[in-house]
Amino acid sequence: MKWIAAALLAVALVLLPFFAGDFYVNLASQMLIAAIFALSLNLLVGYGGMTSLGHASYLGVAAYMSALLTSRYGWGHGASAVFSILGTTAMAGFFGVIALRATGLGFLMITLALSQVLWGLAYRMSGVTNGDNGIGGLTRPMPFGISLDSAAAFYWFALIVASFSFLMMTVFAASSFGSSLKGVRDQPRRMAALGFNPWMIRWITFVYAGFWGGVSGLLYVYYNKYIHPTSLSTTSSAEALLGVIAGGSGTAAGPAVGAALVLLLKNYVSAYLDRWNMLLGAVFVFIVLVMPTGIVPGLTKLLQRRPR
Amino acid sequence: MTSVAADHALEVINLKKAFGGLAVTQNVSLTIRPGERRLIIGPNGAGKTTLFNQISGDMRPNSGQIKLFGNDVTTLAPYQRAHRGLSRTYQIITLFAGDTLEHNVTLGLLGLRPSRWQMWRPLAFYSDLATEARRTLDAVGLLHLADHPISEIAYGEKRRVELAMALAQKPRVLLLDEPLAGLSDTERSTVKSLIASISRETAVIMIEHDMDTALDLAETVTLLNYGRVIVDGERDTVIADERTREVYLGV
Repeated sequence: MKWIAAALLAVALVLLPFFAGDFYVNLASQMLIAAIFALSLNLLVGYGGMTSLGHASYLGVAAYMSALLTSRYGWGHGASAVFSILGTTAMAGFFGVIALRATGLGFLMITLALSQVLWGLAYRMSGVTNGDNGIGGLTRPMPFGISLDSAAAFYWFALIVASFSFLMMTVFAASSFGSSLKGVRDQPRRMAALGFNPWMIRWITFVYAGFWGGVSGLLYVYYNKYIHPTSLSTTSSAEALLGVIAGGSGTAAGPAVGAALVLLLKNYVSAYLDRWNMLLGAVFVFIVLVMPTGIVPGLTKLLQRRPR
Repeated sequence: MTSVAADHALEVINLKKAFGGLAVTQNVSLTIRPGERRLIIGPNGAGKTTLFNQISGDMRPNSGQIKLFGNDVTTLAPYQRAHRGLSRTYQIITLFAGDTLEHNVTLGLLGLRPSRWQMWRPLAFYSDLATEARRTLDAVGLLHLADHPISEIAYGEKRRVELAMALAQKPRVLLLDEPLAGLSDTERSTVKSLIASISRETAVIMIEHDMDTALDLAETVTLLNYGRVIVDGERDTVIADERTREVYLGV
């Protein structure tokens, strides 16, 4: 039953561009990007118990690096993609050393502060980042000579990357390292007594989450062909966090569903409703009241109850 | 070096720890032979658990030394001591409530193996870990509950899972912090025979208030009071000692 549903979903996702218009295909592409971003944050928040309010740093920095390397320095897309991801991952390594001096609220505040620094830089260092005007006129890569300029082509590209990301992060959570991480989240002292190094486990997870955040940032800048400091803002981090919590933190698919929902409300409903933020708020209040563990765990529980 | 290692499993030398003005460990020195069975007794607040916390590395002493098999581990983190053969249980049950018994014991096994860093292979693929975890659960008589989450089992069973997690690591020095606390008479005798069956490769140091049961398991006894070692030696000598009666047995 579960497998049939998953197979149907996969087929629907692959065939989407054949029965949906460009507007919806583009919307779906953005959902996929938001899903990767939320899944990477979920590694920290859900499995690691490290609530970060600065995850946009990794999306934004990877996007900015790729934008600058391709437009200003004339690098090819392949080299700049590799360099952007490496740079973002290295930055996550450095930020992790700073942020993991604390846990809980202290950790949250440090991640927030670090991302605010980057946001400020993107705004003020206009000589490099073009400030509030952002960097426009970017191009999409052409993997194996295939143009990604059509909505459908880009969607399939994003779908491949998102599927791979989802697979990698799901395996990560089920791996021995993932079990160590969840153990450190629940009982750090006991885990240390058993021979696990809690700090190192948290740090590696932080770096890994930064890596996948960078991947989503690359897709983000490829999709928009434009980058602006708002992608580094706290709002961007907070929306991802909302998605993770609404969908179900610490579950494999929850954050993807939550992120897609946030994006849908933001991009689709806002076309019809001026006060879409209010609707977003109402939806979250509803989720928190009815399914406090998130949409995916909540629905799973509902479905399991039905047949009996 | 090796001869030193063979002499003492654990050495605690002039250990001192104070919380502000309150001295909780005052010049405590202990030596434990490999395979020894040591009971640590003392009234509430004598500093027994604090001593354990310093031996396991959860707490740093203000001064003094801790040696495992002749190697100074005073400044090592808890996980580094675990890799040198030290294992402990907690007075307050510290298990992973949402996970199965098998998973809990598996974590104990994983802690000492390099595969704990593996990110690209599901844990479920390590069948040797599962087999080993089940064998350990069988040894403590909980194999039939292996697939149940910790939150579903009884308190006495949780105590045995605590023990199983530590035993799975095949430690050379095992610290048991009140393994019999809160158990019924039947459970008590089960856990007692379990502790008695621990391999002689392992030195066992136990804090326990239930003297009737614990004294049977011990070869040597250390009496602590106000953070000091009052009496230390062979079981019968310590029991017979006047100071023991004064401090602990209330005679």
